[in-house]
Amino acid sequence: MPIQTPFFPRTSALCHSMKWKEWAGYYAVSSYETVHSPEYFAFRNSAGLLDVTPLFKYRVTGRDAAAFLSRIMVRNISKLEIGRVSYCCWCNDNGKMIDDGTVMRRSEEEFFVTSADPCYSWFSRFRRGYEVELEEISEQIAGLALQGPTSRDILKQVCDADLDGLKFFSTTKAKAEGFEIHVSRTGYTGDLGYEIWVENQYALKLWDAIMNAGKNYDLRPAGLDALDVTRVEAGLILKDVDYYNALHALIDNRTSSPYEVSLGWTVNLNREPFNGQAALQAEKEQGSKWAIVGLDIDWPQLEFLYNQCGLPPEIGSHAWRSSIPIYTGKDKRNQVGYATSGTWSPILKKNIALATVEKMYDRIGSELQIEVTVEHKRHTVSAIVSKSQFFNPERKTSNPNSKKS
Amino acid sequence: MSQKYDAIIIGGGHNGLICAAYLAKAGRKVLVLEKRHVLGGAAVSEEVYPGFTFSVASYVVSLFRPHIIRELQLADHGYEVIPMDCSFLPLPSGDSLARWADPQRSRREIARFSKKDSEVYPEFSRVMTHMGKLAKGVIDHPAPDINSYRPSELANLLRLGKIFKGLGPDLLHLNTKLVTMSALDFLDQWFESDVLKAPMSVSGIIGTFQGVRSPGTAYVLLHHYMGQLDGAFRSWGFSKGGTGGISMACARAAMSYGAEIRTEAPVQQVIIKNGKATGVVLENGDELYANTVVSNLDPNRTYLKMIGAENLDPDVLKEIKRFKLRGSSGKVNLALDSVPEFSCRPGDGDHVRGDIAIAPSIDYLEKAFDQAKYGEFSTRPYINAVIPTLTDPTLAPPGKHILSCFVQYAPYNIKEGAENWPKYREAFGDTVVDTLAEYIPGLREKILYRQVLTPWDIEQTMGLTEGNIFHGELSLEQLLFQRPMADFSKYKTSVEKLWMCGSGTHPGGGIMGASGELCAKTMLTSKAV
Repeated sequence: MPIQTPFFPRTSALCHSMKWKEWAGYYAVSSYETVHSPEYFAFRNSAGLLDVTPLFKYRVTGRDAAAFLSRIMVRNISKLEIGRVSYCCWCNDNGKMIDDGTVMRRSEEEFFVTSADPCYSWFSRFRRGYEVELEEISEQIAGLALQGPTSRDILKQVCDADLDGLKFFSTTKAKAEGFEIHVSRTGYTGDLGYEIWVENQYALKLWDAIMNAGKNYDLRPAGLDALDVTRVEAGLILKDVDYYNALHALIDNRTSSPYEVSLGWTVNLNREPFNGQAALQAEKEQGSKWAIVGLDIDWPQLEFLYNQCGLPPEIGSHAWRSSIPIYTGKDKRNQVGYATSGTWSPILKKNIALATVEKMYDRIGSELQIEVTVEHKRHTVSAIVSKSQFFNPERKTSNPNSKKS
Repeated sequence: MSQKYDAIIIGGGHNGLICAAYLAKAGRKVLVLEKRHVLGGAAVSEEVYPGFTFSVASYVVSLFRPHIIRELQLADHGYEVIPMDCSFLPLPSGDSLARWADPQRSRREIARFSKKDSEVYPEFSRVMTHMGKLAKGVIDHPAPDINSYRPSELANLLRLGKIFKGLGPDLLHLNTKLVTMSALDFLDQWFESDVLKAPMSVSGIIGTFQGVRSPGTAYVLLHHYMGQLDGAFRSWGFSKGGTGGISMACARAAMSYGAEIRTEAPVQQVIIKNGKATGVVLENGDELYANTVVSNLDPNRTYLKMIGAENLDPDVLKEIKRFKLRGSSGKVNLALDSVPEFSCRPGDGDHVRGDIAIAPSIDYLEKAFDQAKYGEFSTRPYINAVIPTLTDPTLAPPGKHILSCFVQYAPYNIKEGAENWPKYREAFGDTVVDTLAEYIPGLREKILYRQVLTPWDIEQTMGLTEGNIFHGELSLEQLLFQRPMADFSKYKTSVEKLWMCGSGTHPGGGIMGASGELCAKTMLTSKAV
């Protein structure tokens, strides 16, 4: 049975819908009300507050902490400046992805790492030879994601951090009322937002302070259903949905390299040895087999299919995460990939998906066919390959009173 | 004299800007001329009081065509609409009715007034959704020309015929009812409770000089059921940054395609040579030339001011004078010190985040119309109020709010004559505040600033003749191939090379964008530009 996060007394009182799901062994709210769209619009237009405690959290300290993490991660963590955050992934020796997460450099010798799967055992394997301490703090530290255009104004009232100066993918220690927090300008919505980390004992104080400060800024508690729509719009991939952990995949075909999931930009090849380096080097030279792309699914065609049945287009308001075949032609003879997640984007008024396609079909603007089921019958409609980052507002990375960063 | 522009668009309302964007996207050299210092026309956001951004005139969005958002990449240019979750009706009795996006929640609310109605409500929605499909087939295409035998026109008629035929006999009969009955008669066929029917019926009268018992008003009810078809799961929403946010997104899109936009550039008249429009004269005397001129103004201004009666055929002049504008509403925008609380349901909960109707009974609405018939504004008007700051807190300083009120009836032609409206402006404002204060005790003390727009003011500031918010009533005889008049319904005017793209053309009304889009597409496909 799942357990409760430290925020449970507050989240459970607010979760009128009783819609919960399991997330890494915790109870997590799917949506607070019966419909999640107000929470989605809060993320996009004001602010939403999401309990992200179920993420796995590690503290890496010691003289060799940076070198140790550089050995594990595909990114060169040694080059990460103090107070900066790196989004990265880590691979096995075959260059296949195990997980993705963030690495935050809190000081010269202290790092904070988040992951979706438990990774203590994997990280521990590479400790030998490094003067480093690895500590899992998943159950000691609670986390909140405060995401949306008004999140900065809200958080300013909660803590003393210089939020106007805090850049995208930076982190800082701050003082809230009577306790210490760590703030990072990160998140999973593709919008302006922060993640706030606090010791369990102060979790409720933090929740109350944020909710109170948010009163004048249309802050809403938000659940995973709303998050899922925003993360597809932002083109952010999800483990076990858009790719599998190579340590858990039953067959090799289910494993992916960073290049194959559009995370090639996180790989720093030319440096000291790191896990998967040789395999990734070879893949870089020889080319990858797969690519993750965005698909802009043709709406008029879908509407037409529904109209033929006498129906208005019926499309759920939830993001979906099932495997849908992608073809080159309407005859369905040549399957070149599969969509893994998608959603109707209320803000873009587009029907969008993330798909894994053979590398040669990843050119932006090219037309593929995606299977759709309309009134029990299968058809295909056109889908145009596009950037997977469908929504990318300037506010996500900008700072007040400064030019575009 | 070089032909500088392919098209000059008079008026920077949302339709003019959309028309400009489509023409510019097709590679045409376009100039938009707006008389005011801000763009948007009636879809405009202005900081009227320091720190408060009002959607001065039009205040909510329902029917904006989603394909326009896609085709012009409006989301990339800042288009954001946040749907409303609730329609709230406070009642003088101390009770209230809230209708929610969540159907079960609505059912329980309605059942407090009528168990039967609560169960019929989803059936009604189902049928109206089918009718909405029909309407969508109509509004997304230029109106058919019933007098023409050209293959393209016949195909257009056939397309419509197919949609009608596809409805089946039951829905077809229902359609006849919709276009002929009054909003109330139509609702009477379904519902018994006045408390439900009153707020539903007002959808049939907004912006028209009709009462809920006037025949023909049922048709407009349909508009509330069309938005659901495009993946927007609720019909009405707030535009981020006020309704001017939509206009600005359209303007940015137009500019990104190369269109030029000038504000504070009022046009005096269209230059007509040998029966053809060749450009415009600005009020400052400057002359600008173009291959085509497009007017985003209402039909009255386009024909009588831009073209001028002296350039009109007597028949056309007669027709345009018959075109009904009849402004019937005003707008009161309040800047408030704190959130307004309704005594019947206190708090700033989700019930006040959508639209709030002061429409407690059918008789109340009909009495409000009675006064208007005899040239007075209603002493207890129908009010459609919203508190956009609860959803978009960026519109006002933290903790402060805006209460934006659409008020009907405020007839343009008051007894004393429209030009005397300014004398009654504050009395009209007081009426609105008094009406609201009956439901919101302490409202007066919260008011930091009050902006009152009478139909006269709307005409003077925004150039909407008689203050009509739709550029002409949406009554059946002024729709489709008769909007604004027979023979000139396809965005053309009686002057060659002069086109119209405003709400006074098919399909017209509301922040829909279809007129601007269809005008541009018609011009492009007919190679007029």
